Amino acid sequence: MIYGEMAGQHNESPVLEVRNLAVDYGRLRVLEGVFLELKDRDFLGIIGPNGGGKTTLLKAVLGLLPITRGEVYVYGKTPHANRHLVGYVPQQSEFDSLFPVTVAEVVLTGCLPPGLQPFHRYSREDRERADHLMEQMGIYELRRRQIGTLSGGEFQKMLLARALAVSPRMLILDEPTASVDVNARNQIYYLLKKLNQQITIILVTHDLMAIASHVRSMACLNRKMHYHGEPELNEAVIGELYGCPVDLIAHGIPHRTLREHGNGED
Amino acid sequence: MLEALLEYQFMQNAFWASLMASVMCGLVGVMVMEKKMLMLSGGIAHTAYGGIGMGYYLGFEPIWGAFFFAVPAALVIGRIRRDSAARSDILIGLFWSIGMALGIMFVAFTPGYPPDITSYLFGNILAVLRQDLLFTFYLMLFVVFAIASFFNYWKAYLFDEQFASIRGVRVLILENLLYLLIALTVVVLIKVVGIILVLALLTAPPFIAAALTDDLFKRMGLAILLGFIFCCGGLWFSYNHNLSSGAVIVLLAGLASLLLAAGKTIFNQLYRNMAE
Repeated sequence: MIYGEMAGQHNESPVLEVRNLAVDYGRLRVLEGVFLELKDRDFLGIIGPNGGGKTTLLKAVLGLLPITRGEVYVYGKTPHANRHLVGYVPQQSEFDSLFPVTVAEVVLTGCLPPGLQPFHRYSREDRERADHLMEQMGIYELRRRQIGTLSGGEFQKMLLARALAVSPRMLILDEPTASVDVNARNQIYYLLKKLNQQITIILVTHDLMAIASHVRSMACLNRKMHYHGEPELNEAVIGELYGCPVDLIAHGIPHRTLREHGNGED
Repeated sequence: MLEALLEYQFMQNAFWASLMASVMCGLVGVMVMEKKMLMLSGGIAHTAYGGIGMGYYLGFEPIWGAFFFAVPAALVIGRIRRDSAARSDILIGLFWSIGMALGIMFVAFTPGYPPDITSYLFGNILAVLRQDLLFTFYLMLFVVFAIASFFNYWKAYLFDEQFASIRGVRVLILENLLYLLIALTVVVLIKVVGIILVLALLTAPPFIAAALTDDLFKRMGLAILLGFIFCCGGLWFSYNHNLSSGAVIVLLAGLASLLLAAGKTIFNQLYRNMAE
């Protein structure tokens, strides 16, 4: 694959390229004709209604589901071939919080070697690395706690630490602030901003405030890609995306304001 | 019972069978509970009945028939679950009833007197033979080895299969291995408590263990211990009162679980009242 070989050599080539992607669940088409291109250390925010295919797009990029049509390249190779370069923070709702596992054990699974090594034990470096990441996320004191005792924010930080234990070059987050209080949310965005100096970030969120103030580029997804570019939300895009008026964030520099939309304005 | 245990070969066999069955159902039961595959395990057990019937009909040891039905059934159910959007409870229901129906047909076609199949339906731990023990021992060894050697991987797989798969862990192998382990455990449990009662020994020990510890490893150990207590206790009681061992074992396990659930509710209520 000539494209793949070239992509590895040039810094300017896209780290993620999605071309004309379509994904079906049975007879239902979830994604259609999606194009996406990401440069190194980009910070992409993906918004869209529930069932709009946001998580499906992430899973296609992670190589977790079969794609119907189109191509996905992660660092110039198939998602499967380069998945070790990607850290993933799934939606919190996907987890069984009663599972008998501690915070430290979850973070350590990010250090698990690929394949299946018989009688594998985590090395001292693995443990130090996990400790360091938990400290960085501010959850070190919780390391021996069973995960069901964590708050929403603490849970997300644990998942973030696990994703970072992989040493990823690209971080993919699925609604990391969905059940998180304002304080923890700000901490998570602050951490992401810092991480973004080194790694590329893709963030799926319903949090339009985050789109307005944290991301560098934005994609609006509802089965099709309705917009991809600068993080400028305008009524036309939002209207098409959600099919109804929503609270919009208008960009004013240096301040941001929320503009109310009455129902009559439709 | 102690004299009987020392004196009679069949009591010694029952003791060792209890121990090995407890090890298997403790280890596999905890995983089954975390993966929410209990009904699937019940389905595999009942599918195995087809194999038992076939054994009678064709004249080979029925437990081998159970083995050759349970293992492919488990792998096929796994395969269909993975590849299609078919609802797994429907799939399990189909296997469950078709397996039973096949067993009944085979038994009906068997010439001569109809064989006594109740020992397979309700189990008879006192009927365990020397060669059964050897067979069980090898299966247990396999289960213990499969779980112990990939323990970190199992933990990651049970907690978050998707993340493990992105990590490059061979999730598919683990998944098929888990189905295989379930099938092997079910076959062994059929001897001890019987097809109809398999679910009790896969449920009760992990359920009680889950209430007592939040550590996967300890939970498995505790489930093994509990399973062993239930099996031995049930064996002792049934021997003294001349009752069906399988039924007594299950009633003991079930009673303990219900007591625990009730105790937990009362304790929580008291705790809340105290706090107020």
